[in-house]
Amino acid sequence: MTQGITGKTGQFHTRLCREYANGQQCFVAGVNPKKPGEQFDGIPIFATVQEAKQATGATVSVIYVPPAFAAAAIDEAVEAELDLVICITEGIPVHDMLRTRYKMEGRKTRLIGPNCPGIITPDEIKIGIMPGYIHKKGRVGVVSRSGTLTYEAVAQLMALGLGQSTCVGIGGDPINGLKHRYVMELFNEDAETDAVLMVGEIGGTDEEDCARWIKDNMKKPVVGFIAGLAAPPGKRMGHAGAIIAGGQGTAQGKIAVMEECGIRVTRNPAEMGKLLKSVL
Amino acid sequence: MKIHEYQAKEILRRYGVKTPAGIACFSVDDAVAAAEKLGGDKWVVKAQIYAGGRGKGGGVKLARSLAEVRLLAEGMLNKPLITPQTGPAGQVVHRLYLEQGVDIQHEYYVGIVIDRGRQRACLIASSEGGMDIEQVAASTPEKIHKILINPMTGLSDQEVNDVVCKIGIPASSQLAAQALLKGLYQAFDENDASLLEINPLIVTRDGQVLALDAKMNFDDNALFRHPDIVALRDLDEEDPAEIQAAEHDLSYIPLEGNIGCLVNGAGLAMATMDIIKLYGGNPANFLDVGGGATVEKVTEAFKIMLRHPNLRAILVNIFGGIMKCDVIAQGVTTAAREVKLAVPLIVRLEGTNVELGKKILAESGLPIISATTMADAAEKAVGAAA
Repeated sequence: MTQGITGKTGQFHTRLCREYANGQQCFVAGVNPKKPGEQFDGIPIFATVQEAKQATGATVSVIYVPPAFAAAAIDEAVEAELDLVICITEGIPVHDMLRTRYKMEGRKTRLIGPNCPGIITPDEIKIGIMPGYIHKKGRVGVVSRSGTLTYEAVAQLMALGLGQSTCVGIGGDPINGLKHRYVMELFNEDAETDAVLMVGEIGGTDEEDCARWIKDNMKKPVVGFIAGLAAPPGKRMGHAGAIIAGGQGTAQGKIAVMEECGIRVTRNPAEMGKLLKSVL
Repeated sequence: MKIHEYQAKEILRRYGVKTPAGIACFSVDDAVAAAEKLGGDKWVVKAQIYAGGRGKGGGVKLARSLAEVRLLAEGMLNKPLITPQTGPAGQVVHRLYLEQGVDIQHEYYVGIVIDRGRQRACLIASSEGGMDIEQVAASTPEKIHKILINPMTGLSDQEVNDVVCKIGIPASSQLAAQALLKGLYQAFDENDASLLEINPLIVTRDGQVLALDAKMNFDDNALFRHPDIVALRDLDEEDPAEIQAAEHDLSYIPLEGNIGCLVNGAGLAMATMDIIKLYGGNPANFLDVGGGATVEKVTEAFKIMLRHPNLRAILVNIFGGIMKCDVIAQGVTTAAREVKLAVPLIVRLEGTNVELGKKILAESGLPIISATTMADAAEKAVGAAA
């Protein structure tokens, strides 16, 4: 289901997602509290997530609700016990996300994002704003905090003839849902993934946490790239979470930990695909 | 968004946080008048700039007479203050804060930050105030106490009681310290702060608990619901190019180098800076033009980059996904003509309709250097800027 289906962004991307692979069968409901009973491109609109779930059996939602209301939209999806919520919205206040994350503790719903491009399993389903056609079904998993840098990575893989099992954009916010590490656990268990490209950036310690987990648990090769070697400290580089604060979260530090954990990391963003191919 | 110390203290006083009496001043005469009004026999003259380390740079000084207040104010106002955080050029001081001098018994540290790893707000407290807290954490981590804060209920009585004991606030001042901590969190929460730091928090000889310094940063994403805080913005503290960029919804950060970068997406923009460095060049800026690289936005982006005194070349790196490369190529050529671009322009397009985009660039009649991969683009940009 699409939460925020009647907005410009929600309409535009719901259409593109429906046009991609099995999208027509998968996108079955929209949510807008003010427009229940209406339709968008034949998709029924419900007042609440709960009603949409009951009426259609939808288990996943994608959120395009504006930032001031997006955390409440996530809360609603969590309350309705959906399996997965993908929040595309950029610019949600941090304090809203602190409360939302707190309310999610002990609940079944997994969150991807916010401030992310979404998730795509090529030739099956696309839930998000990435261009579908640049992908092809294959056996490389991609997890990244960024949008266009992920597309760049995918294009490099494609140029080498490598398709993707699933690409997950976990988003550029400091308080968010699934981290690199959790997505890595899923790739580790996924029979359709042979290797993983992990794209990170400055800020926080998610990449380090993931690297330590990989060292002890990962059964498949992982290679990486960390954006922001040239980024100055104390400046927010576009993404709310991309900031070196108090000497923490540098690209150098992340790369060092990843390499200590046996992960090959390229300093050259033009060679992400090449590096991945070298470990297959 | 950042604010000045005196503004942060004004906010905090509304939450019951006690501070020394003080008055903000914009001229030397103001400062002397403020000292007279505050009374007493000693005052602290404090330069108001956003950067930290003001004490080390000579921006916080004690005066024992009105004549001394005048002398110190003259020495600071409208002059650059250089601190470890301002860079070598310093920051010109336009405002002073005149504060009554107090007798300090002991200095403590308290701060509230967003702990990303734990996904909670976190109160940090220490018996070691008045110093760089990161150094305290590195050399004596046992002197740092942390509380992860429940976002629904805030700090509990038990929690503030514990932490006040742990940092060694004297028994007679503990109740006041507890109330102050609760007030700090309430101010942090209700104003959507991203950082609140009191360094030092002091206990005076007569047992008062006061915030002697105050630093507050706010979450930019939440400013829409805090017009009162937006009104505190001091444009003198901000880079004019950054202000101009923000007005056009561009994410821009000036850097030291000479190759301008115009990229869509923050991650790709950082990676573009990285690859320029890898090929021996130096980026002049970070610039994320966003998802819709329209003619208007690209034109503004060019204009902002051209303000950079060292600019020798511009590298445009766009991954056209939903927005197609031919549309972007039109935007880039139109913008280049409009600003009469005189520096070498290297353009690398990838994604939807890339061939069509390259054709538009080639047939534009503009001296655009077209590149295929990011590596090719970086190499050409570095060569053009050399």
